[in-house]
Amino acid sequence: MSKPIRWLGQGLLYTLFALIIGSFSHWPRYRHLAADEAEVRLSFSHEGKRESACRQRSPEELAKLAPNMRAPLDCPRRRSPVTVAVDVDGRPAIRRVAKPSGLSGDGASTVYQRLVLPAGEHRLAVRLRDDIRSAGFDYQREESVTLKPGQVLVIDFNAEKGGITLQ
Amino acid sequence: MNFPDTGRSAGTRACQRMDHAFDAVFGPAANPWRHLGALGFLCFWLIAASGLYLYASFDTSVAGAYRSVAWQGREPWYLGGELRSLHRYAADALIMVTLLHVLRELVLGRFSGFRRFSWLTGVPLLCFIYASGIVGFWLNWDMLAQFSATATAEWLDRLPLFATPLTRNYLSNAAVSDRLFSLFVFVHIGVPLLLLFGLWFHIQRISRADVFPRRALAAGTLLTLLALALVLPVESQGPADLSLVPGALALDWFYQFPHPLMYASSAGALWALVGAATLFLLLLPALPRPAAAVAVVHPESCNGCRRCLDDCPYAAITMVNHPKGEGRQLARVNADLCASCGICAGSCPSSTPFRGGSSLVTGIDMPQLPVSRLRRSLEQKLDALAGKHKIVVFGCDAGVRVESLAGADVASLSLICIGMLPPSFVEYALRCGAAGVLVSGCRAGGCAYRLGNRWTEERLVGAREPHLRAGVRNVRRGRLRIIWADRGEEGALRKALAALRSSLASASIAAAGAPPKRMVPRV
Repeated sequence: MSKPIRWLGQGLLYTLFALIIGSFSHWPRYRHLAADEAEVRLSFSHEGKRESACRQRSPEELAKLAPNMRAPLDCPRRRSPVTVAVDVDGRPAIRRVAKPSGLSGDGASTVYQRLVLPAGEHRLAVRLRDDIRSAGFDYQREESVTLKPGQVLVIDFNAEKGGITLQ
Repeated sequence: MNFPDTGRSAGTRACQRMDHAFDAVFGPAANPWRHLGALGFLCFWLIAASGLYLYASFDTSVAGAYRSVAWQGREPWYLGGELRSLHRYAADALIMVTLLHVLRELVLGRFSGFRRFSWLTGVPLLCFIYASGIVGFWLNWDMLAQFSATATAEWLDRLPLFATPLTRNYLSNAAVSDRLFSLFVFVHIGVPLLLLFGLWFHIQRISRADVFPRRALAAGTLLTLLALALVLPVESQGPADLSLVPGALALDWFYQFPHPLMYASSAGALWALVGAATLFLLLLPALPRPAAAVAVVHPESCNGCRRCLDDCPYAAITMVNHPKGEGRQLARVNADLCASCGICAGSCPSSTPFRGGSSLVTGIDMPQLPVSRLRRSLEQKLDALAGKHKIVVFGCDAGVRVESLAGADVASLSLICIGMLPPSFVEYALRCGAAGVLVSGCRAGGCAYRLGNRWTEERLVGAREPHLRAGVRNVRRGRLRIIWADRGEEGALRKALAALRSSLASASIAAAGAPPKRMVPRV
């Protein structure tokens, strides 16, 4: 193969290399949500209540323990699983029961779930239960929201801020 | 007519066709297909060099990251903008050549036996490249970074790795902290350092590893990436805003294809795919393959010259103290690393057929084809030849089939690798009655054992020990020809034979060649 043809071939192949790099570095474009959709993200990290209440140890029980371990109260570590339910426009959308984390089940329960909705007005009802000793849900919030296209609405839980938050 | 190309997979033949096509355009030395690993190294250094500049002017904070990267693109455009784009495109090129490198080695079956170590140490490098590359996109903190960081967090959260889900870091703009950016920078710089360390391991058992491409290939690749950066500069895709889902994004599909894949399936499915692919790559070397006998050292014939140590392409030879002492050394073969190529036997000065004795014992030899058997075979085949110009053809099992030349005046001997041919065998063949010798092996740059054809050529032209004697090289010029051709290129081999016949028939050779003197080995 003559030198000019080899150089031409090299030029073409280097151009092809650049085309492949340039193309897949930018195209095709990707759209995660359709233009008229919005997203609701349910996410919380919350420690449920203790599964059972602390119990007073009897003098006999205390006597059996080492002197440095004689705590008057016996508090089981395991926490309640956290149950969450989200209804959108009156229809159930999310039902989750999150177990407590940790080997002893004494850590936080966490939930993360995305929900894609058409943009517009929706009626959201969020209920959360964090104590298996109580009946029904411990926290509830119901609200009408207007979601803009592409908007992200986060449903979180913060007991210090009054429980279920929408932001 | 070409010799039937049997016994090789369609993938191997496809690789060879690709090599030959690119050889014609680039030449073997600068053929990118033959130097994918070296190209990967080049890309790594381009990324490192451009990254140093970018890091110097990068603001490691939520508010400052996007602004500082945007500034880099503007001030001055010919440096910051060009370097930012080069950084990105070199990273794309890195993953592209790395994946092609993996695919090529896979198709050629180079993953087990003595190559197991290089294969297994290469698998984590893929993970490092992806980890570092994906996090690199987050540093810019634009809409693309937001999408990629969130998607990656959702994927990682699928496994119970973290007490608090990573996704909570990206729930709102207020949730993203400057400390998170310090972590991004730490990963984006720390993982490449780990990659570099892993690369060192990866090439540990390869001597003279191809870690930098030839100047022409390096220059061509660099100029291509610079031109691409100039024509299509990389731009940010609007500052991140976690209260919005990004619209249409220009994804970098080389690195970010797992995100759409996950959203099209699920995080669990993506984990299963990644796990299965990793397991596949890690288990491949465990596939059974026929084991070839490895090189054997004969201490009584080894003088500790270290030539086999220098020539072994896979660092399978070390030197130890000779049992006889006296400050001598002895070669030792690591059976796990030995490729059974026989290049060491070709490098051994004791492998000369002129040595006396009915049985020729050399310093290091191949049990499946000892040098003594090679000498005996050469003598027998030469004896059986007829005609005025007897020709001996040395070839190798991996290259062009020399058996295809069999004829009344042609004796062909196929070695494991042509690098196994001690150069003194050429002189021996000429002295034993051959009018000419044709030496063949895999194409330049395409030796099945990396360096066999290179060492052979250097030995035959006198540039490497043990070399063909100068007297033989000069006096008998025209009686020795070298042809490098791959399996399936038997036509080229026949042309080389015809050229040798023609030169033997010419008057100059007739004048130079007194009646060949038959050399009889001493007994």
